[in-house]
Amino acid sequence: MGLALLVGISATFREPDHLTRITQKNRPGGDMQWCFSQVKGAIDDDVAEADIISTVEFNHTGELLATGDKGGRVVIFQQEVEIKSRFVSQNKNLPQFRSEYNVYSTFQSHEPEFDYLKSLEIEEKINKIRWLPQKNAAQFLLSTNDKTIKLWKISERDKRPEGYNLKEEDGRYRDPNTITSLRCLKVAFLLQVPVLIPMDLMVEASPRRVFSNAHTYHINSVSVNSDNETYLSADDLRINLWNLEITDRSFSVPIGDQNRNSCDIFSCCITPCCWRSLTARSSDIVDIKPANMEELTEVITAAEFHPHQCNTFVYSSSKGTIRLCDMRVSALCDKHSKLFEEPENPSNRSFFSEIISSISDVKFSHNGRYIMTRDYLSVKIWDLNMENRPVETYQVHEYLRSKLCSLYENDCIFDKFECCWNGNDSVVMTGSYNNFFRIFERGQRRDATLEASRENSKPLQVLKPRKVCTGGKRKKDEISVDSLDFNKKILHTAWHPQDNIIAVATTNNLYIFQDKVN
Amino acid sequence: MEVSAEAKRIMVVALGKLYSSRTQRGGLRLHRSLLLTLVMKSARDIYHAAQTTTESMEEEREEQQPSEVKVTTELQGPASLPHPAADADELVDTQNQDSTCLSGPPYHTRKRRGKATAEPDFLPCKKAKLEYGTSQQLIVSSVLVDYANCCSELGPSPSPIPLQTVIAAC
Repeated sequence: MGLALLVGISATFREPDHLTRITQKNRPGGDMQWCFSQVKGAIDDDVAEADIISTVEFNHTGELLATGDKGGRVVIFQQEVEIKSRFVSQNKNLPQFRSEYNVYSTFQSHEPEFDYLKSLEIEEKINKIRWLPQKNAAQFLLSTNDKTIKLWKISERDKRPEGYNLKEEDGRYRDPNTITSLRCLKVAFLLQVPVLIPMDLMVEASPRRVFSNAHTYHINSVSVNSDNETYLSADDLRINLWNLEITDRSFSVPIGDQNRNSCDIFSCCITPCCWRSLTARSSDIVDIKPANMEELTEVITAAEFHPHQCNTFVYSSSKGTIRLCDMRVSALCDKHSKLFEEPENPSNRSFFSEIISSISDVKFSHNGRYIMTRDYLSVKIWDLNMENRPVETYQVHEYLRSKLCSLYENDCIFDKFECCWNGNDSVVMTGSYNNFFRIFERGQRRDATLEASRENSKPLQVLKPRKVCTGGKRKKDEISVDSLDFNKKILHTAWHPQDNIIAVATTNNLYIFQDKVN
Repeated sequence: MEVSAEAKRIMVVALGKLYSSRTQRGGLRLHRSLLLTLVMKSARDIYHAAQTTTESMEEEREEQQPSEVKVTTELQGPASLPHPAADADELVDTQNQDSTCLSGPPYHTRKRRGKATAEPDFLPCKKAKLEYGTSQQLIVSSVLVDYANCCSELGPSPSPIPLQTVIAAC
């Protein structure tokens, strides 16, 4: 595409490949300067509970960014690349790229349900969203609440058919009584072939599969396998393996005695919309439920498939351990292949040691060589080849260690923070309180504390690093630990798979920051 | 003594959280219940250790100055804290009928209880007589008073809770 770079004129178009390649410089993480790009969501201080963001996820290209909220809705943003030219002091015309994410699709994924048999209300809150790799024009994602996983198809329609012979313009069928045999003859000579005419772009989200009745406990994780055929879902005590490709009948997977599968097989039905509603059987691949529930000592907190090895997955526990399992070994992966565990530092022992050692998130690096885990106070990086201790440990907010009792009383100690890698695994990010989030540059051994706030929301404003004062004299621009707002927490963050663009979710707002492109 | 007081406070808060989690939307959270149980056990062990140390010190003092000592044991309940995981299992597996947990209050254990395993004095007495059909409220219960006096961050003090509900919560 010929680029006529004119001062003050910007062109907006989608995904110019040769230009996005320029922005895909993955600098090793040094000298990152984060600028505010956008903020999505209401400005009101009075936050509706349904608007609380519960998950954030980029798709595999980074073009789409999905959020889920407590009200069961999914909002998908799409990246529009905007090109502006500007003169720099050296009198060079350099293109400046700015990516904007705009609303692409919004739909209600889950509704509140009531389990009458157990007298339990099932929340509609979206716990996780995971994108499937794109195979055709449509996009697919998995969204899950506590009990049910759904596969959604997001497709675009920019043409509509017009000129039906038996339908009116509005789609209603013509009254057959008005069509007499003579008129039929006349019509026969005037039969027209419907044509597709352009229309305004419409994005449709339709549920293609519903995976339900497989989890007794609350689902905490969903992970798509690298084989693009299966995925796992994990609750507190079990991990299930599902097949995405379902034929026109439900299937059963050979299950041993230990596998308990409470799926119901629904009969196949064809709706007027002509899509089949099926539920499928899943197979348990991990089951840690003890015979006597009083002997329960740990639960599963997160699980993820290896990015390349389709037989390998990991799951973390509330005891601070990570187990790596190989599905080739046995159908039920009760015996782990590797156990990653670090002995506790006895000097840090307290009433709350068990709570703060519970892992809230586990993520494979993109290259598949490392695992990152998040517990209450730290982020740890584990090498798959070393089980006895992490290779790196980053303190997120060590100043909270002396405040654990208060955090226990106000329930903050139970907060589950997520973590994420950047595209080339050189930098990791996680959230904290007071709308702070932390970025750790692994190779550079540098870290930064940044804040997502409306005050720092001027376009392209560079974020100033923040510092928490732990005691003694508080310097200017520092904030004391006691002044931190524990109601403002950043639990969910996501990093663009290729560029230095990050999405940070505060309670009900989504902030998008970009690395300043010089 | 500070450790003992802190342990007691932590146990009280844990009980309150376990109780309130039963009415939470979405049902009982197994992970949260498990963590609260672990905290309670940890605090209970430390509380017992502190109490044992205190009692042995008092005995030494008694030997030196004999006087009447009122020993009141308000609680004679089960030696082990009822497991909230079992409680969660009860709610979850009702239909599956593989529950191995508490079926409901009161829970009686056959274990003999020595002094070392006796429940702390601030927990409600589980042998209190209940009149079904009327809701009884314990006017004086140190655990509930302590909970009410807990950190103000928890919000306004809850109204006194009927004993049978507290037992069921445990």
